[in-house]
Parts: sequence; structure tokens; C-alpha cells
Amino acid sequence: MPVKEICEILSLWALPAVILIILTAALIKKVPVYETFIEGAKDGVKVSFNIVPYLVAIIVAISMLRASGAIDALSFLLSDILSKLRFPADILPLAIVRSLSGSAALGVFSDIIANNDVNSYTSKLAAIMLGSSETTFYVLTVYFGAVGIKKFRYALLTGLCADLAGIIMSVIVARFFFG
Amino acid sequence: MNYIWYVLIVISIIFGAINGTLNEVVNSILSGAQLAVKIVLTLMGIMTFWLGIMKIAEKSGIVEFISKLLKPAAKIIFPEIPKDSPVIGNVALNFSANALGLANAATPIGLKAMEEMQKINPDKESASDSMCTFLAMNTAGFQLIPATVIAILAANGSEHPTEIIIPTLIVTFTAFIFAIIVSKIFKRIFPPQIKKGEINAG
Repeated sequence: MPVKEICEILSLWALPAVILIILTAALIKKVPVYETFIEGAKDGVKVSFNIVPYLVAIIVAISMLRASGAIDALSFLLSDILSKLRFPADILPLAIVRSLSGSAALGVFSDIIANNDVNSYTSKLAAIMLGSSETTFYVLTVYFGAVGIKKFRYALLTGLCADLAGIIMSVIVARFFFG
Repeated sequence: MNYIWYVLIVISIIFGAINGTLNEVVNSILSGAQLAVKIVLTLMGIMTFWLGIMKIAEKSGIVEFISKLLKPAAKIIFPEIPKDSPVIGNVALNFSANALGLANAATPIGLKAMEEMQKINPDKESASDSMCTFLAMNTAGFQLIPATVIAILAANGSEHPTEIIIPTLIVTFTAFIFAIIVSKIFKRIFPPQIKKGEINAG
């Protein structure tokens, strides 16, 4: 499959190519690469420590919510309404969890595939939904945490709106291609 | 964020009590906290490396070069950022790394962009408009090839795992454009100055 091969080559070479280009440019500009690397790298440790409190706050809250079973209950409540929209009930936990936790979303996705035919509409919809998602809560926590922002203003609302748009678009597109 | 955090925790405890999962909820506090630290530790190594490489890119003039290249687009998306700022270069690199699915490189570069934006942010505790737009772009999760999903599909015996690439691209691209537009609309609804101590939904 040529697409697959192109993907593999692309992902194999992307990082080494970027590093090579940067180092070559540095050589031409006579930048002292080692000292400069150390100077920049020192920030890595600092930034990581800054993130810890923010990440603990949000991941604990989300873990608690998942452990309480509230997400499953919500899925159960909504499943009747959604099945009328050709939105399989199995997908709902994925739609909810994908904004909250990346590892949980992967787990839910694996579950969906295990319980449905991998070539079914449900599995394909789940794949599109997961592939087009980013863990909104995690991104906001890490990015704002690194610079000490405590008031997110409209960032979370925007992220969740985009997530919702992604969910709706996934269903529309999946119906168009595979429905 | 105050409100959301409060609601998440209170709902978990109350629901856990009703549902009889209170024990799991309590255990998840420890496991969640451990997971958070584990993520940071994993991130720390790769972050240190990429911030080092990015410093070299900055001094070699690559970041500046990309910034200049993207000036017209940046002017529309980030009107608040001064036109000769290197931020745009970092934003573009973060976006490219995300598009290629290189999350490990994307995050440190994105944090670098956030740091630069924080420097020109008048209120250090509160997100600036550029930050909100930047993160909207990030949370939309634009990615050319959803490699992980394809790998899982293939591992489970899917006939054509790569057939989801185009549909996924359409979805993620729409969400991406939508996110930028929504952030521009919300910018008008949520003014930048927020009084100290006021609970805000974001």
C-alpha cells in the first residue's frame, strides 16, 4: 500500500530531518551548538516542574470522575436519543472521554473495536472521531501551567466547542463515506 | 476553571456515594496524582532535549525566517502579536510538528511559544487573546495522518485501515477552522480585564 509506505517514511524522517536542518543552519551561522543547547535545555527542567501542580489538579479530578461511573451513567442516559441520529451508543463514551484523557480515549476505542466488527460503521466512526481529536483538558493544563496562567478565559469553552464540532463532523463524514 | 474543577470533584464524590463506587473514587485520587507526575517525568526528558534544539534554531535564525514567511497569515490569526516577534515561528513549528503527529516535539515548541506570548501579556495570571486562539488551534488536533488509530485498526484486522485518513482530515480541518473562528467570536464576548477573585467559567 503506497499511502502506508509514504506515511512510514514521513514519520521516520520527519524528526531527523528537522534536527539536521537546524544543526546545519547553526553551523553556517557559526552558532556554538553545544553551549546553546545547554542554555535552552535548562528551561526544560524548570518548565516541567511548573506544570506539576496544574496537571495533578486536572488529572486527579478527571480520574475521580471516571472512577465514579458518572461518564458511563451519562452515556446510558443519552443512548436512546442518540441512536435515533445514527450515533451508535457505543461511541458516546469515546465522544465524552476524548476531550478529557488521551489514554482513556485509546482504551475506549480499543474496547469499541473489540466489541464490534473492525470493518463496521461503528468502528470506522470511532476511528475518525479519535483520529481527529486532541485531549483539550490536557493541552490547556500543560500549556497554561507552563507559563503560570490561572484564568483560562474563553480557551476551554472554545476548545470544547471545537470538540463538539469535531464529533458532529465525524458523524456526518462517516455517514457520507461509510454509512 | 475554579467552577469546573469544583464541579468535577463534587460530582465524582456525590455520584460515587450514590453509585457505590466511592472506594474507587478515593483510590483514583492517588492513581491520578501518580499518573500526573509520571506524565511530567516522561515529558521532562524530551522537553529538555527539544528546548535545547529550539534554542539552536532560534540563534541560527530559523525561527525568525519562518516567522517572516508566515507574517501575512499570522497578522490575521494573531493581530495582537507584534509583527517582528519570533512567536509566529514557534507557533508555525508547533503546528507543523502536530500536523506530522510528532507530539513529543510539538509540546515543548508550543510551550516556548506560550512563554513568548506571556512576555507580551499585560495580565500574567490571565490568558491573552493570542494564547486562547493558539490553544484553540492546538486542541482542534489537526493531524495529517492519525498514525496511532491506523496502527490499532491494522492490528485488529481492518481491511483498509488507511481509508480513514481522508475522512479524518476533513473532520479535523473543519474543527480547526471552526476553533479559530469561535475564538475570534468569544474574544468579543469575554473582555480581557477580569476583576481579581471573580469566578470565571473558563
